[in-house]
Amino acid sequence: MIRVQNEDFDIGAEMTALSGNGDVGALASFVGLVRGQEGDENIGAMTLEHYPGMTEKKLAEVEAEARNRWPLNDCLIIHRYGRLKPGERIVMVITASSHRQAALEACAFLIDWLKTSAPFWKLEERGDSKEWVEARAADDQAAEKWATKK
Amino acid sequence: MKLLYFAWLKQKTGIGEEDITLPEDVTTLGALVDWLKTRGPGYGEALADLSVVRFAVNQDFARLDHPLTDADEVALFPPVTGG
Repeated sequence: MIRVQNEDFDIGAEMTALSGNGDVGALASFVGLVRGQEGDENIGAMTLEHYPGMTEKKLAEVEAEARNRWPLNDCLIIHRYGRLKPGERIVMVITASSHRQAALEACAFLIDWLKTSAPFWKLEERGDSKEWVEARAADDQAAEKWATKK
Repeated sequence: MKLLYFAWLKQKTGIGEEDITLPEDVTTLGALVDWLKTRGPGYGEALADLSVVRFAVNQDFARLDHPLTDADEVALFPPVTGG
């Protein structure tokens, strides 16, 4: 399941919703939050822009790839857009499987892949200036390691 | 053809979305970029360094040799920074 939305979400409710009826033995999750500091600079807020249509398409592709690679009972990606303040939730990934290894691996794969393939851009507010966040080589490397690994 | 610009490409071109008629001799993404650069200083500035620009054709990532028709949707944006 994919959800692209401006509004916040409830971590506990989302986890509960993916808990199944006795068939799920493991839930793994990742939640990304807005940091209030980048180096020694304070971040007042950030605005996430996205490409409606392509965002949903790419997230659905990433989900399909995860379901293809691991035996998942269920899987959820929520990604927010709009202006968010430090401490606010940006993204959540949940994977449900019979066993922990598939759930944990698929969760890590999903967040690594969506970071480099979903069309979102972050505009940070630092003091009086606004700056677009630059892509990090480390994120590309994190995604690439899944290209060959199971 | 529908053209979309995101993040700082939207700021530099001053445009989020526009409809254009693809010139007959423009048949690839690379040729489209060269043509866009001639349309004004904002475009020239936005497309000065293509190493920091990414492209999508019909909502899939595409390289500069990707063929184009007037029915395509093309988006220009910086490397993505979501998650």
